[in-house]
This record gives sequence, structure tokens and C-alpha cells, in this order.
Amino acid sequence: MLEIKNLVVQIEDKRILNGLNLTVNNGEIAAIMGPNGSGKSTLSYVIAGKEDYEVLDGEILLDGQNVLEMEPDERAAAGIFLAFQYPLEIPGVASMTFLKAALNAQRKARGEEELTTPDFIKRVNAAAQQLEIPKDMLKRALNVGFSGGEKKRMEILQMALLQPTFCILDETDSGLDIDALRIVSEGVNALRSPDRSFLVITHYQRLLNHIVPDTVHVMSSGRIVKSGGKELALELEANGYADYRTSEAA
Amino acid sequence: MADVTLMKTPAETALAQAYESAKAILPGNVESRAEAFELFTRSGLPHRRVEEFKYTDLRALMREAAPFAGTPTASEAKAALQSAKALAGVEALQVPFVNGHFVRDAVDFGSLPEGVEIVPLAEALASGHDWLARLSPVAWARQNPVYQLNTAFMADGVMLRVTGQVETPVHLRFVTAGNSAVATATRVLVLVEEGASVTLLESHESPNGANHQPNDVIEMVAGDRSNVRHVRLNAEGDGALALSTLTLKVGAEAEFFSINVVAGAATSRHQVFAILDGENTKARINGMTMVKGGQHADSTLVVEHAAPNCESRELFKTVIDGEATGVFQGKIIVPHHAQKTDGRMMSAAVLLSEGGTMNNKPELEIFADDVQCAHGATCGQLDEDLLFYLMARGIPRKEAESLMVQAFLGEAVEFVEHEGVHDALVSVVEGWLRARA
Repeated sequence: MLEIKNLVVQIEDKRILNGLNLTVNNGEIAAIMGPNGSGKSTLSYVIAGKEDYEVLDGEILLDGQNVLEMEPDERAAAGIFLAFQYPLEIPGVASMTFLKAALNAQRKARGEEELTTPDFIKRVNAAAQQLEIPKDMLKRALNVGFSGGEKKRMEILQMALLQPTFCILDETDSGLDIDALRIVSEGVNALRSPDRSFLVITHYQRLLNHIVPDTVHVMSSGRIVKSGGKELALELEANGYADYRTSEAA
Repeated sequence: MADVTLMKTPAETALAQAYESAKAILPGNVESRAEAFELFTRSGLPHRRVEEFKYTDLRALMREAAPFAGTPTASEAKAALQSAKALAGVEALQVPFVNGHFVRDAVDFGSLPEGVEIVPLAEALASGHDWLARLSPVAWARQNPVYQLNTAFMADGVMLRVTGQVETPVHLRFVTAGNSAVATATRVLVLVEEGASVTLLESHESPNGANHQPNDVIEMVAGDRSNVRHVRLNAEGDGALALSTLTLKVGAEAEFFSINVVAGAATSRHQVFAILDGENTKARINGMTMVKGGQHADSTLVVEHAAPNCESRELFKTVIDGEATGVFQGKIIVPHHAQKTDGRMMSAAVLLSEGGTMNNKPELEIFADDVQCAHGATCGQLDEDLLFYLMARGIPRKEAESLMVQAFLGEAVEFVEHEGVHDALVSVVEGWLRARA
């Protein structure tokens, strides 16, 4: 379970999150929607532990553990996973090398044995097959020269391998064509489990047809301003964010 | 301006005394030694007001000149070679030097690979061997004080001639042994004949804590249509002041590759003076330097496109940790007649700490009007966004930095085709990264 209490965050003296409260229960898929600039990506980065942000107040608890005191790698080992909106290209680091380093680092942090190479390759191949990722892509440098869709599939592959308990999908639908959207969504749905929760950040209702949320939250000016069931997403799609922008102007 | 006679530093005085007492017993042509030492004496150890040594002030860095090493006994040489580890896993023809002296017992002259001939240099100098006429192929190296010192003091080395397609790498292994500081001046002349091909390895090592002062010169003449792959590893101990020079003259339609890997020495300076002397030749000269603590590593490079239609690529990668200093000075010269020259030089440095320094000085001197030349120099830290991406997947910061450093340096090493050598260099990088973790 992830609990965010009264989170206040700024970057370079600009306030982005203004006392945000949110709880995501185990097994729950929570969607966050909101206009550009409402602080959605900031929220995802702050949960994952990016340094640039200054947390002025509030707390983030993962199963009762204070996440804000942890380094990004410790958060990952504790079960947090951020699927990046713009996955980064890392020239010179082969995707396989990266995946193995990540998986074994997490296992090591949790006091588990490192995986043997055959075992590792078996797991990667199984996950890659489901996400329709060709093997030669895994031999290439991480994300270098990958299309937008390939990068997003690679994010989901990492998620499938690392088996996190709290997954953040930051606009995973952006830049995806219909087929890629289906593949990515199926990948995510395959990972749904009572022990795993998701925070799905998106602008559009479209993604939520594929990954059906349990709860939908509207974010505006760094706060959750409305929460509801999946029908709230349809309402937003029909009416836009106009109703929620007023608070921004105020 | 009137000539000013500078006071000699203690090191310069010691070198003058060493030359006086050694000149009668050093082998070979006394005139060329005398000329080189005379040239050296005129300007002395180069200091920061000498442009080529602005960032590597040898006068300040070489406070004392160590005495020149004597010839090791057979058992000393054997012991030194047994503990030598650099590139030890690569199967190669071993040509070892201990304290600047060729260990001829270690080479089975009767079963050299086909197309390889070796002549001990001390012998060749003493007898005035024919090949010596091909020494000093690069005129402007003779103006260089480091080269001059080697010429004045060279006691031994080998002449290596390659006449065919040699598959087995030839490994020139330079070991300086013992804990009390000694100086060495080793010279190797490499003649790669027309159409011949060879992989030449060099490793340089010495024990930690010893302030040895090796000064090695490799002079290479590579013929038309030759193919040379040259890999040099500086794995000197942490007290060494290591000076080295590669001179190269390469003919037409040849392929030449050289990489210098710096993973040791307190202070090092590697100089490359290359002349592309025939048309349609391709040369790639790379460098990979890893320094930490108070280390200082200088890569100085001059490439002259003396013939039209040649291509040269220079890629130098430097990683700096602690208070260490890196220096890159690279110059491409294109004379009037060298039309259609294609030269690209790049030096990139990553600073892993606040206290490190990188001095980049790329230069182009172009007199021809139909050329493509470019140079670039960068200096920065590892990208924080990339580090965050790796850390967000559970990889701790140091390990994430290591992955990125490996990727950064990998670009310079990927041109090493010999798999065993490539892997050995990757291990050198991994070892360096482990030591800083």
C-alpha cells in the first residue's frame, strides 16, 4: 500500500505539489488524470526519488516504510518502479547488461542470491516474447535508436522482470500507436495481482479502456481535486478539465 | 633577447653527470647520442613556459633524476617476469625487457613465428646494423626533449622486423623491478614491411611505491599496404614517472591502429608523432586514460598528413577521479599538397569528482584547401538524468557510475579487434572501477 500525505514539493523555488494526499491499496489500479502542468510527472519523479525536487512537507509511505529517506535504488529494491514517460537512451550499455545489473542489484539489496546467466536469459526471453520484443533489440545499447513504442515496451519488460509491488506508469500511452498500446496494456494487465498496485498517469481516457482502473483521481495545481471510480475518466473525456482549472486561477 | 643561461636543476645536473659517466659504455654511435644530449642540454627539462609542456611541467615533476638501471642478472630478470601480470593472459610472442634491458634468454630465436625477425638493439648499435639507417624516421621527434633523453641514454631494446602476415601478437613487455628508483631508456625499432600485418602489444609495469623513471621509445616504420594494430598498456606502479614516445611513419594504402591505455603511474606522458606518408592510408589513434588520486596523465599527439587522400581518426577518452589531472594535446597538420585529407580528432573527458582537472588542447594546422578536418573536445560530469534512470531500476550509484564509465570508455576500446586483448582491456577498466568503489 502506498500512502501519500500532505506532500508539498518545489523545484527551483517553484511550488509544484501543494499538499497532495493519495492512497493506493494493494492490488489497486489508480489512475491520475489532469491537465498539463498539474504536477503529475513531478509526483512520479518524487515517488521514485529524483534529486532535483525539494520536498518541503509531507510523507510517502510504502507499506509503512518512509520512502523519502531512501535513495532511488533503495526505493527500487523496496518495490517501487517508474515506467518513464521518456525512457532514456544509454549509449554503450547493452540492454541485457543493464537488465542483469538491475535485477541482480535488487536481489542483492534484498539479500537474495544473484541469478545464474541461463536462468536470467530464460526470464528475459519469456518476458520479451510476451511483449513482442525481438531478441536483437536486447543486444543493442539500451533504448538507443529504439522507436517510441519500442522504448515503452522495454519499460514494461523491465517491470515484468523486476516484479515491483508499486508501479508508476507515467504517460506510458504517449507516442504509442494502436498496436503498441495493445501490447503494452496486455503486458501491464498480465502483471496485475493482489500484491501489486499501479499508479497510471495519463491525459487520455483511451489507455484506461485497456488498463481498467479501480479508482480515478483528478489532479490540478498539485493536488488531487476529485476522486471517483472508472466512470470519472469517461466524464473527463466528455467535459475536459475546465471544471477543475478554476482552482488553478484562484 | 640575449641568451639566458639557466641554472641547472638538481635533476638536470644528475642527468649531465649520468651522461658523462655512461657515454663511454653505452653501445653504438657516440655522435648521435652526443648530439641528442647536446640538444637536450640547451633547453634542459621542459617547463610550463614551453608550449608543448605547458600542462606537464617536467622540470617541476622530475625533481630528481633516478640513476640508470644496470643490467639485471638472469635470476633477477626471471623473477621480475614471473610477477609481471599486464596482458599476461593473452597468448603472444613475448619480447621482455627488465629494467630497460632485453631479456634474450626469454626468447627462443629458433622458433620465432614466420615473418618475424628480432635483433637485440645493444648488439645492433654496437655493430652498426643495416636497419639502423631506418631509425628516427620522424624528424620533428628529434626536437622533443623526452625523445632526446631516450636517444642519449638508450642502452638496449630490440629491432623487430615483420615481413608477412603474422597472426600471433608480438608482446613487448617492459618491466621495471625493485623498490629503489631507477631510470630506463629502452628503444624499439619496428619495421613492418610492405604488405605485412601484425598485432603489436606493449605493457609497462613496475611495483607500487617505487619512483621508477622509464622513458621508452617505439619507432615504427610501416610500409605500403601494411596493417598494424598496436595496443599499449601503461600499468605502471603508483610512484612511477613514465615517459613514452611512439613515432610512426606509414606508407600508402596502409591501415594503422594504435591505442594507449593509461591505468598506472603517478605521472605519465605518452607522445605520438605520426606521419602519414603515402596516399589512401587510414590511421586511427585512440587513447583511454583512467586517473585518480594525485595522478597526472598527458597524451600528446601530432599527426601529419604528408600525403593526399589519407584518413585519420583520433579518439581520446579520459576519466578523472579524485584530484587527478588529465592532459590532451592533439594536433593534425595538413600541408599544402595533402588535398582530400579527412581528419577527425576528438577528446572527451568525464570528471567523477570535484577536484579533478582536464586540459584539452586540440589543434588543426591546415594549409591545403580541399580537406575535411574537424576536432572537438568535451569535459563534463556523468549525466545525472541517466544515473537516475539506472538507480531507479535498483542499481546503486557507484555501480551506475561504473556502467556509464564503461560505456564511455568502451567507444575507444571497441576498435581493438583481437578478442583476448579487448577483453583484457575491459578487465583493466573493471579493475580500475572496482578500486574506486
